[in-house]
Formats: sequence, structure tokens, C-alpha cells
Amino acid sequence: MVESKQQWKAWLYLAPAIVLLLIFTVWPIINTIHMAFLENYNGLKAAGGATFNFGFANFQKVVSYRRFTQCMQNTMLLCVITVPISSILALLIAVALHSIKRFQKVLQTIFFLPYVTNSIAIGMVFAAMFNIVGSFLGMESEILVTPGIVNNIIEFFGGTKVNWINYGSTYTANLFVMAVYIIWNALPFKILILLGGLASINKQYYEAAKVDSTPHWRVLTRITVPLLSPMLAYVIITGFIAGFKEYTSIVGIFGESMGPANDAGRLNTMVGFIYDSLANNNQGRASAAALILFGVILVVTLINLWVSKKRVHY
Amino acid sequence: MKIVLQNLTKIFPSRNKKSDEEVVAVNNFNFEIPDGKLIGLLGPSGCGKSTTLYMISGLQKPSSGKIFFGNDDVTELSTENRGIGLVFQNYALYPHLTVKQNILFPLQNLKGKDKLDKNTMLDRAYEAAKLVQIEQLLDRKPSELSGGQQQRVAIARALVKMPRVLLLDEPLSNLDARLRLQTREEIRRIQKETGITTVFVTHDQEEAMSISDMIVVMKTGVVQQIGKPQDVYDDPANLFVAKFLGTPPINVFSGHVKGGTLFIGGDAVMDIQTVADQEVVVGIRPEGFVLDENGPLKCKPSNVEVMGRDVSIVSTHDASLNPLVRSIVNADNKINISSEYVRYAVKPHKIFIFNKETEERIYFEVK
Repeated sequence: MVESKQQWKAWLYLAPAIVLLLIFTVWPIINTIHMAFLENYNGLKAAGGATFNFGFANFQKVVSYRRFTQCMQNTMLLCVITVPISSILALLIAVALHSIKRFQKVLQTIFFLPYVTNSIAIGMVFAAMFNIVGSFLGMESEILVTPGIVNNIIEFFGGTKVNWINYGSTYTANLFVMAVYIIWNALPFKILILLGGLASINKQYYEAAKVDSTPHWRVLTRITVPLLSPMLAYVIITGFIAGFKEYTSIVGIFGESMGPANDAGRLNTMVGFIYDSLANNNQGRASAAALILFGVILVVTLINLWVSKKRVHY
Repeated sequence: MKIVLQNLTKIFPSRNKKSDEEVVAVNNFNFEIPDGKLIGLLGPSGCGKSTTLYMISGLQKPSSGKIFFGNDDVTELSTENRGIGLVFQNYALYPHLTVKQNILFPLQNLKGKDKLDKNTMLDRAYEAAKLVQIEQLLDRKPSELSGGQQQRVAIARALVKMPRVLLLDEPLSNLDARLRLQTREEIRRIQKETGITTVFVTHDQEEAMSISDMIVVMKTGVVQQIGKPQDVYDDPANLFVAKFLGTPPINVFSGHVKGGTLFIGGDAVMDIQTVADQEVVVGIRPEGFVLDENGPLKCKPSNVEVMGRDVSIVSTHDASLNPLVRSIVNADNKINISSEYVRYAVKPHKIFIFNKETEERIYFEVK
């Protein structure tokens, strides 16, 4: 404990950080809550001296928007699809990377590259891979120049090409592209965390397993996964939180229309909804939506923690 | 199952790429471990004893030489297929599994015709737990056990699959002194009860001497001597073995042989006719001294330690290569510590002489 006479020193040293946190984190949060409960709050009108009633109207409005339900559905679906798949893939890749000796560093770097690459740039590359070039903004009748790399590969193996993200594409195809992109983008961070976890597992457990002729699959499920469970829980919880905040990936692939040309906004997410509200100068509605998103993340995280308490060892 | 080690050698390549300094961890080890015996591999750290154990386990591959279990050449066989039980120095119990699950683990891996049904597995696990007396701890996690209990669980886990060979890596080093005494008796008992050929590694000579049927003394990868503990103690092959075995350790003096008489400093200790004149190193076991008013060896006494049945006399001698000379004599002797000299006669079979350069034993006949 710091002696009480010295405490002012501690506060002094903490002051720069505290001041910044108060201005840029605490105050905005309080302000958001405040705005969410002021009916139809609008920044411009507020600056003009207008007053707003206190109430739940913002929340009611947000929930009643068709677009809101769509955004909620997209966000939830993407979370539920991508988090488990990317976590399992990351686990398998991390275990594989950990077990090889040659090229380990090179492969680690390759797997880590997406993490240091701008996600809009990655999105544009993905868009190019799935895009039907020549009809990017066009109509169905327009002549197609190339159906995109992915379709080329599908056709090479004798399949029929799919309209992934262009005019007239299906919701399932759109979701598939988004899921692939989000999973790929989420892998490096997870692999990094899990590799760190693997490195800290005592090698003797594996030697003991070897002495007892344990099959590889059983080593993974009965030794590696339980011993890695704290890291796995961390990866899954942060994965869900990041998933609920998904936004840039959609912009990266579909552009600001957040959907194929014939159905703009089809793939919009919660964060996208908040941005849209802000763009319409409806800070009240944006704040209410932000609070709802916060509530959802809180509930999901609590469920995650509750589950992991039962499943995580130590 | 007897274990045969044939010209077993392990060379670790140099870590530094520029120099090609290799480390020879085990050098040309030949030994046949008889069936059903308890063998102690003994030596200071870095002597290659653990490497030898890990080569027997298959976790490390020998650079050259062969290993046989019975008549089977297992040199190329991987660890999984050797049918060994191994107890690691820090036990390596799976922390997330209960004691029961830990002991069951090896059984659940059995495949094909060896596969057991659930009840047989539980019976076998319970049997192993009973052998090491941990039946009442089966539902605990390893973190809830004491070091000694963890040690027992590790032994149970190694024994439950009825291995052909049991290997123990420094099994007692993580235990406190009292538990160490108890556990080494346990290991002895379990080994006798199961009759499994057992090899264990230790740096503690007392531990090795007390429970082994045979000990192997190693130094820098080279086997120094193999034999029954008492034989090795009574008849060391060289100065290293003589110094390494025995507590309190052997007293070492610089001496010389002249005209058939062995001198320690100026004291003519003994007649040894068969040895040519030369400088030698003389080793005398602490129990080899006999208090004798007319004895040839004169030491300056500094301290007496009473140990109940025996008395340890601490003294100094100019020719001693150790800072102190320690003798153990019967407590009935009256010791006058204030006198200038304490004089000893020496029991001939407790005195060893060694070549000063090679440190090899020089055998002599006592008249």
C-alpha cells in the first residue's frame, strides 16, 4: 500500500491518463446514455437551442425499423458462423504450426500478414476475387468479361459459376463471401494468441502422452485443448465482441451501399446502422442503437464467461 | 524383461554452427540389465545418466549402438511401441484430469486386441492405486496433492498398463528429506511386488545405494563402474567412484610409496610390498580409522560430532586434499580433543590408493 501521505503523488502520476480517459471515454459514454433517452435528439437542433423530452421513444423507433432487424440478423448470423469456425481453424493451424520445425517462422509470418494489412484493402482484394468484373455496376444483360478468380476455379473443376456479390446475387451467397472474408481476417490474431498458449504448455505432457501411446487426435482433444482452454476462452470471447462490431469488412467488399446493387443495405450491421443514424444527424437514435448493441455484447459475453467457467481448467 | 545396452552412444551436435564442438553425452555404454532388478544410474549432473534413461525410453534416439528388450531389438522402435512406463522428474501429471482419470489415461489408449472394457479399466486403475496406496485420493486433482502423493500417482500411471520396463527420472528429487526416505522404500517395495525391471536415475549416491540391486556410476558420459552397491563401495575402480560414493565422503590425501611403504605426508601408514615407488593419492573411508595411541597417522583434532552410536572426529592433516579429515569411531572411545594429536591406525581394506595422474586404482596386497 502507498502511504496516505504519498497518495497525492500517485494521483499526480495517474493524472494525465485519467484526464484523457475522462475526456475521451467516460464523458462520451455518459453523453451517449444521456442522448439515447432524449426523444429525437438532434445535434444541430440542440445547438439551435431546441429542447427534447426525456423518454424511451428512441429505443422504440430503433427497434421498429425494418433495417434494424435486418442489421441485427446480419450481425448475429455472421457472429454465429464465423467465431466458431475461425476459432477451430485457428486452433488447428496453431497446433500444426507449433508441431513443424522447418519453415515455422516463415509460415507464421505469412499467417500473420492479414493482421497488419488494412482491412479495406483486403476487402477490395476479396471483392475482386468474387466479383464478376465488367458488371460491377451494370445490369444482368451486360456482357461479362470475367467471372472472377473464385468462379474461374469453380469452373475449372467443372462447377457452375455463382453470382457472389453482384447485381441479383442471393443473400446466402453474400453471407458466404462475408463469412469467408471475416474468418480469414480473424485468423491471425487468434493463431498468435493460441501459439503463445501452446508454447507455454510443458512439453513433458506430450512426452508422457507419447510414452502412453496416445493417438494424435486424443492428444489434441484430451491434452492440448484442455490445457489451452484459458486461451481458447479468451479467443472466443474477444471473437464475439469483434464480431458484433463488424462493419469495415462489409464496406470493404460491398462499398458504402452495404449490399449488392439491387438491394443496398442488405448486409448492413449494427455498427453500420449506428453510422447511418449519425449520418442522418439523428444522434438520439444512434445512441439508443449503440446502447442496445452494448447490451447484446454484454449478455453474450456474460454467457461466454459463464460457459467458460465450467469448461476452462485451472 | 532384461535390457541390453550395446555400445550405446549419444552425441549432441554443437549448438554454435561455427564451432563443431560436439557433446558426447553417453559414450559407448555396454550393460546387460538383468530381468526383474532395480538398477540405479548414478552420477553428477551432466554425466549422461538421464540421456541414457531417455534413450531406453525411446524419447531420444541413440547416435549409435543398440538397445534390446529381451531379445527384441528396440533401437528403431518409437516410444509408443516400446511398452515402457516412465515417471518424469516433475511427474507430468495432467493438471486438468483427476487422479483416477490420470491413471486411466494409458489404458484408454489401448487399441485392437488390447482394448479393455470400462469395468476392467476401473479395476486395473484401482489396483494400481492400491499398490501405491492412494485409493482415497482418486477424485482429487493433481494440484490438490502433496509432492509425495503426486509421485505415487505418477508411478501408478506408469504401472497401470503393466509395462515391460519401468523408468524413473530422478524420482525423489522433488521430495523433502523425510518423504524421500519413505518413498525410496516404497519404490523398492513396489518394484519387488511387481517384479518389473526398473531403471532409475539419481545424483544422490545414498538413494542409489540404499535401494538398487545394482548401480552404474557414470561421469561425463563414460561408465566408471557397474556392480552391487556394497561391492562398488568396498572396491571402487577409481578415485572418482571412491569420492562419489559414501557419506560422509572418503578422506583423500596426497601420499607416496617408497620402498614398499605407503606414506601420507611424513607418516608411514602401511607396508605395501607389491607397489613400485611413486606419488599416489590415498583414500581412506571415514570408518577406516581406528583410534590407536601408537597409530601411524597423526591428525590435529578440531571438533567432535556426536551422532549417538558413533562419534565423528573432525581433524586436519597437512597432506589431506580435503580441508578436513573426518573419521567415524565407536562412541565408547574416549576422545581428548584438547590433545595436540589424535593418532589413528588404518584398516587395510578401507584404504585405497590411486595413480596420481590417471586416478585409476592401484591394487596392493597387504602383508
